[in-house]
Amino acid sequence: MATYQLNVNGQRKQVNVDPSTPLLWVLREELKMTGTKYGCGISACGACTVHLDGIATRSCVVPVSLVGNRSIVTIEGISSDPVGRAVQDAWVDKDVVQCGYCQSGQIMSAVALLKATPKPTETNIEESMGGNLCRCATYVRIREAINTASRQLK
Amino acid sequence: MLSNSRFSIRIPLVILIATGTWIALAASVAIDSRESKKPNGHGNRADGLAAWQKVYSVLTSPRCINCHTATNYPQQGDDRHRHFAHVMRGPEGKGVPGLNCISCHQSENADSTGVPGGPNWHLAPLSMRWQDANDRPLPSAAVCRAITDRSRNENMDGQALLKHHEEAALVLWAWRPGLRPDGSMRTLPPLSHAEFVAATRNWVEAGMPCPPPK
Repeated sequence: MATYQLNVNGQRKQVNVDPSTPLLWVLREELKMTGTKYGCGISACGACTVHLDGIATRSCVVPVSLVGNRSIVTIEGISSDPVGRAVQDAWVDKDVVQCGYCQSGQIMSAVALLKATPKPTETNIEESMGGNLCRCATYVRIREAINTASRQLK
Repeated sequence: MLSNSRFSIRIPLVILIATGTWIALAASVAIDSRESKKPNGHGNRADGLAAWQKVYSVLTSPRCINCHTATNYPQQGDDRHRHFAHVMRGPEGKGVPGLNCISCHQSENADSTGVPGGPNWHLAPLSMRWQDANDRPLPSAAVCRAITDRSRNENMDGQALLKHHEEAALVLWAWRPGLRPDGSMRTLPPLSHAEFVAATRNWVEAGMPCPPPK
């Protein structure tokens, strides 16, 4: 067991966990932040996506011991970012969500895409979002929402 | 008196001649020695080629060649299959926004989750591809030409290549590749790192000869 000071959504959080605990479980079990989802545990689906220092990161495969001082942003905190707000608004506008399980990861990846590429091409969207899986197949609405959010961004 | 005079002349003359001969012989030996060590010295080409084959065996092992692809994706595993999760090369070999290499690969191995890691995890540039577009390793001659072409290898000369093989973090990772998700150790390259560096040094000192294309 070890104690870690984490910066989560702008707040300092202290946890005492095994160093090998994936960040996903630290967020969900220790901090009770259940917006980030467990989908596969092997970084294949994207449901666990959070941001570490602005980089979309698969929290299910990152041990908490490797987080260091990097700032963590989860789905619970993404609305404080203008791009995050635009994406969430677009998600509502386009009625993207079906079951919803993958959507926190989808939104986090979409925000990372738009922060790096405010006017993405269809290829950009396909490449950046291709690693986020949706069993309900909301892909068409996801793509529409990303384009909508992009148009809202200056 | 006359014989003494001749004797007094001959001895220094002999000594002078002997000294000159010795100097000439020593110089010849030195030149031969330098020739044998000089880059592209014919005497070392065979040794250099043999050393290169050792280097090539490491470069084309999975721990190295999986990131020296000719495609828009990396490979993974000893069978060098396409990297899962639709991972893409991206414009700088670091993935794409939302799915960067460092989205999963951290600055060191994550043995608890089976994800390898190292500083600045990324793909080698396409100029340093060691495979063809069908994921087959290039022949020895082609890889040698690629690695010695300073317009393609980030302007590295022999000494820089040696330093790269000796010290670069992602090169060193190949000998500390961490655990697979099933807990087993990833396969190491066919030579130890020390052997790899020694072979590189021998190859560089021989003038970095490349085998002829087949």
